[in-house]
Amino acid sequence: MLVTLTSAVAIAATLAACSGGGGSSTTTGTSPKLTNCTNTMVNKDAPQVSVWAWYPNMALVVDNFNKAHTDVQVCWTNAGQGGDEYTKVQTAISAGKGLPDVVMLEADHLSSYEIQNALVDISKYGADKVKGNFSAGAWKDVSQGSAVYAIPVDGGPMALIYRTDVFTKYGITTPPTTWAEYEADAQKVKSAGGPVFGDLGANVPAVLMALQIQKGATPFGYDLTDPKKLTVKLDDQASKDVLDYWADLVKKGLVGTQDQFTTDYISGVVSGNYATYTSAAWAPGYLTGAGVGKGASSGVWAVAPLPQWDPSNPVSVNWGGSAFAVTSQATDKALAAEVALGLYADPASLDDGWKTQTIFPLNQDVLKSDAFINNKSDFFSGQTANKDIYIPAANAYAGMVYAPITVYYYAQLQAETAKINAGQISGSGAATELQADIVKYAKEQGFTVAP
Amino acid sequence: MANASAVAAERSRPSPAGRRSAQRTNHGSSLRRRSRIGWLFIGPFAIVYVLFLVAPLAYAFYLSLFSKGLATGTTFTGWGNYAKAFADPSFLRGVWFVVRFALVLIPVQMAISLAVALVLDAITTRFARFARLMVFLPYAIPAVIGALMWGFLYSPTFGPLQQFFDLFGQHAPFLLSPTNVFGGLMNVVIWQWAGYYMIIIYAALQGIDTSLYEAAKLDGANPWQVAFRIKVPLVSSALVLIMVFALIGTLQFFTEPQILRLVSNGTITPDFTPNLYAYNQAFAYANFNYASAISFALGIVVFIAVYIFLFLTRKRGSFLS
Repeated sequence: MLVTLTSAVAIAATLAACSGGGGSSTTTGTSPKLTNCTNTMVNKDAPQVSVWAWYPNMALVVDNFNKAHTDVQVCWTNAGQGGDEYTKVQTAISAGKGLPDVVMLEADHLSSYEIQNALVDISKYGADKVKGNFSAGAWKDVSQGSAVYAIPVDGGPMALIYRTDVFTKYGITTPPTTWAEYEADAQKVKSAGGPVFGDLGANVPAVLMALQIQKGATPFGYDLTDPKKLTVKLDDQASKDVLDYWADLVKKGLVGTQDQFTTDYISGVVSGNYATYTSAAWAPGYLTGAGVGKGASSGVWAVAPLPQWDPSNPVSVNWGGSAFAVTSQATDKALAAEVALGLYADPASLDDGWKTQTIFPLNQDVLKSDAFINNKSDFFSGQTANKDIYIPAANAYAGMVYAPITVYYYAQLQAETAKINAGQISGSGAATELQADIVKYAKEQGFTVAP
Repeated sequence: MANASAVAAERSRPSPAGRRSAQRTNHGSSLRRRSRIGWLFIGPFAIVYVLFLVAPLAYAFYLSLFSKGLATGTTFTGWGNYAKAFADPSFLRGVWFVVRFALVLIPVQMAISLAVALVLDAITTRFARFARLMVFLPYAIPAVIGALMWGFLYSPTFGPLQQFFDLFGQHAPFLLSPTNVFGGLMNVVIWQWAGYYMIIIYAALQGIDTSLYEAAKLDGANPWQVAFRIKVPLVSSALVLIMVFALIGTLQFFTEPQILRLVSNGTITPDFTPNLYAYNQAFAYANFNYASAISFALGIVVFIAVYIFLFLTRKRGSFLS
């Protein structure tokens, strides 16, 4: 009998332990009190809204918001950066639970979650109030027609970061303004025994996509009003030209083939193994955080506008940038929308963000302020990078259209770029393979694909 | 199960006629009580087993019979996902990779483990115990940590290989390049697992009657002959056992490619091994139905491979011959 009793108790205890979840208590219409926040609450009685974000200065941003609001408090967790967070978001969408109320997303992933009905149209919660704060291109990236699915925070206008010491040493007096000049300069540096001119990182497919769009490609056409229709055009001449161009640079040994955002790449950047870095406005903040710009690699950086294919017809493109979206699993959508509209929108947080060049804010109040325009960047040794390079690029940016199969597309583009880097395929061949693969996948997912 | 059959055997044993009726009633209630207590002991394990193994497997199988597209709803497709998996070049490439990997890895690993076990069995000094611990130590390191460490060791900037080649002014080969990744991964796996298999073979060697060695020496056998003609055949059943484990584990290769993917500079693709492919289909692309089908398809491949292996290593009189 004793054996029976103890076994029964043991079984009951294990089952009870299994059913316990983490975090929220009972919900009654207002947001539940959440227990796994990285930050501490300022006003402990206010309802809480959970937020996932990976900004490096997010702790400060959240504290600023919590101090300024008594009607709502933010409970923040860093769920990972980029792809790590997107895997969790996707799993939570598929599971039907686990999403935070507000989530930080990049514009290229918005349509993937919109089609799964995971994001809330914030236009009915007052998003149009802030529409005037952003440029047309920035607003287009987060909207579908009149519906708005995220509030922009920062963008990533692309430019050419270069090392002044390498350029001076090998006699390059002005940075290249066209891609033809870029290749010529690269050849000049290599022939003189210098480092590679840049890097074609396979794990940053967003860069290649942006560069293809710069030449006039429109990889995807998608509109949420007709959600089953997708236009895929990955092997038009512009796309092939861009891939061929970079494949050529790789074949001639003019650019490196190292994956970016790795320790190997950063150590190469610090050592001066790369003369240029085709990157976005948030790169200086990222590089500084990674240890570049200190010691041996300090004071040698400058930025120039992104080289163009046709100087008379310059095109600005974007890499990264982020926005806050309200998820369909939010307990109180109006409250979550209020957070999405107000978080990282106050001057103190934005100032902290752009002063370290961690973010390039898209809020026009900042973009038009004297302090921002005339800011002398520390990383670029006092260059007024915003006025000269990044603000014009951001203003000229017209927005990009992304497919709802972004994660799959990026993975395939990454595989193709890795093949280009290994010399196994030409640029045009990669474009053709990519087109076939993506069309096949889109059809399997039920889209009607138009060429 | 064992309890019930033992009780049944007891019941079938003939008892003296005189005490039969009294014994039968005693026997019946104690039999019932014993089988109830037996089930109670199995209970916790059975609950965990059903909850964490059978139920998820059943749900995954159920999922694999459906298809879900982003633009369409969920439709029942029966064996469609399986037909797609076995025709999918990514899946087939992954299977071909793990099969090749297993065919090379397992003989090499077993040879190393067997050699070390035999040597440690022959040495009787205190060094033997220390050596045993050292060889087993890599297994005690969690696979993820080990893979991360090897990722740093393989780094073309920070790894010792590059520093060694720097002495000669040469460029070290990248051990995770498309040509070298086979050997690079094999190195990590052998380092991690050789000690584990060595301990199992060593334990099996301890079970051999030492008088056999004396008899062999009397017959004029030298240590090599003792090792290969006596020791190895007597541990062959342990060898077959660990080879089956190694085969099942290697065909499901996942941890090392997943961890080393970030430092492989594009060599390790999302479909590098079937398990990695299933993982990415599920959690990166949210194709849970297809991922379940791939997992079961891999299970079918593993089953076939293990069946072939056991058939080839069968002994006369076993159920497979």
